[in-house]
Amino acid sequence: MSSDSDKETIEKKPEESKPAETKTPEKPAVAKPAEEKPAASKPAPAKEEPELPAFEKGIADKIIEKFGEKTTISFVKPDRVGIKVGRDDIHDVAEFARDTLNYDHVDSVAGVDYPTDKEIEVVYHLSSYTDPTLSRQVLELATRAQREEDPIPGNDATKLPSLRDIFYSVEFHEREVFEMLGVYFEGHPDNRRLLLPEDWADLPPLRKDFRNKGR
Amino acid sequence: MSSPTLPPGLAIQKADERIMTLNVGPQHPGSGHMRIIVQIDGDYIVACDPDPGYVHRGEEKMAEYRNYTLNVPHLERPVIHDSCNILYPYVLAAEELLGLEIPERAKYIRVIASELNRCIYTQYWLAIYGIFLGHSTMFMWPAGDRELLIDLMEKMTGARVTHSYFIPGGIRNDLPANFEDVCLRQVNYFEKRIKEYADVFYNNPILISRTENTGVLTRENAIKLGTTGSVLRASGVDYDVRKKEPYDVYDELDFETNVMKSGDSYARSRIPWLDMMESCRIIRDALQKMPKSGSVRVKLKPNPKGEIGSVYKRIESGRGALGCYIVSDKKVEPYRVKLSVPSFRNLIALPHLLIGEKLGNMPSVYWSLNYWPVEADR
Repeated sequence: MSSDSDKETIEKKPEESKPAETKTPEKPAVAKPAEEKPAASKPAPAKEEPELPAFEKGIADKIIEKFGEKTTISFVKPDRVGIKVGRDDIHDVAEFARDTLNYDHVDSVAGVDYPTDKEIEVVYHLSSYTDPTLSRQVLELATRAQREEDPIPGNDATKLPSLRDIFYSVEFHEREVFEMLGVYFEGHPDNRRLLLPEDWADLPPLRKDFRNKGR
Repeated sequence: MSSPTLPPGLAIQKADERIMTLNVGPQHPGSGHMRIIVQIDGDYIVACDPDPGYVHRGEEKMAEYRNYTLNVPHLERPVIHDSCNILYPYVLAAEELLGLEIPERAKYIRVIASELNRCIYTQYWLAIYGIFLGHSTMFMWPAGDRELLIDLMEKMTGARVTHSYFIPGGIRNDLPANFEDVCLRQVNYFEKRIKEYADVFYNNPILISRTENTGVLTRENAIKLGTTGSVLRASGVDYDVRKKEPYDVYDELDFETNVMKSGDSYARSRIPWLDMMESCRIIRDALQKMPKSGSVRVKLKPNPKGEIGSVYKRIESGRGALGCYIVSDKKVEPYRVKLSVPSFRNLIALPHLLIGEKLGNMPSVYWSLNYWPVEADR
């Protein structure tokens, strides 16, 4: 009934039998700096100070260092780091987050519609069970897909690469985003409806131009 | 027996003459408001495809039309038995966006209400779990003992379920006079009662033989699938948001998290019961440490506007980590509200647990997931 099980999994984090993971062997060498995190991982005292919390800043810097201009930091708050990634790099950044930064599952996948930008944002909230230094942390990876005025879900330009081969846990979340916002995830094995009825023929309901009746 | 090397995905196999496809639900009482499409070969499940969505109400869409306070009554509807907990992350996130600092007494009362709700939910779930395993005593006892705490919540909030008690800025009203004494007495009696469940249910050889080694979720799979709450902790991962990322005053309270290693239905059904005892401990501790007087809410401006930006908050509900993501664009209504609910996150584990099991074990595995269909559909 206690934290007996944290240690054994730091070195063997969930490296399931997934064929997509063939690139991992050289990554553990990069992962070594993660060991020095515990010393720096005191987000609580950083709260009082006006400057950015150090540990969270470190996570953001690692991503920026690796991917450079392809990513931008949208915010660094206590326990929360927000990264904006382009459509083409989201897969690589997610893989880096899993293999090097030790995030191991996805808490939530939220789609947000921005009709004025003609874009739909998909936000992944990554979190970690196995790395004790990350237990408070949530990494937000946001990426944007092109938005069509007259959507044909699955058959228009609103597409993003799926993260299902990196984080298995996004499976149902991505299905939900597909039906609710019409973002098709390329590489997802099962892009079917989940919550909506099979005969739903209207706009994807969480888009802003779908209006609730009487509102 | 589920093995960790199952092929991923939910694809339905081509039926042949050996395989029969069964629709369990949505009207079947054993499945809640959802459908589980199972394919069986003789007595064994070879494929399983959960089909939720029969009680989808578009809570997230509705939240885009109402201001931060008016969102409270409808956002708690997905789990009316755990209504304080499903509101908790929303309220925390809204407070950060509105820039509110809530009084100390309100934080303690929130923790008490949230723990009482966790027990109420767990008792309801335990009653259902009992009756679907054919154990009618385990239906009667939790359903009856739950009334004790519902009476407490009624004294506190005025409603038996659907309390709408947490609002951005604190809680709706202060505790009634001498609530502390009544609460302490009821909780102590409640704890004595639930300890008796061990004799009739948890140490019962019939229950053990039906649930042990059925639907085994390994530690690796539990992490990979992103499960949460009792499902995760039954598979040996010590992760409880109350401990790992304490919100409000949980870091000042004395409690432990319960972890079991076997990952089978028995462990998944035992963890919530052990959690209820920890809840009683938290309530007693909070009653003691709570400031005895003071304000319980900060006054909001009419139609407050959230700061531009986004907030993701999470808490531990009766079923697991519950997250709320709010995007605000400086309007009266939130731009987007996303609830990341534990039932939805745990659903992905169902095919992994059921494939290879006997059909007769389906209720014990399915209900051990601590799954609440209405919450998953939102």
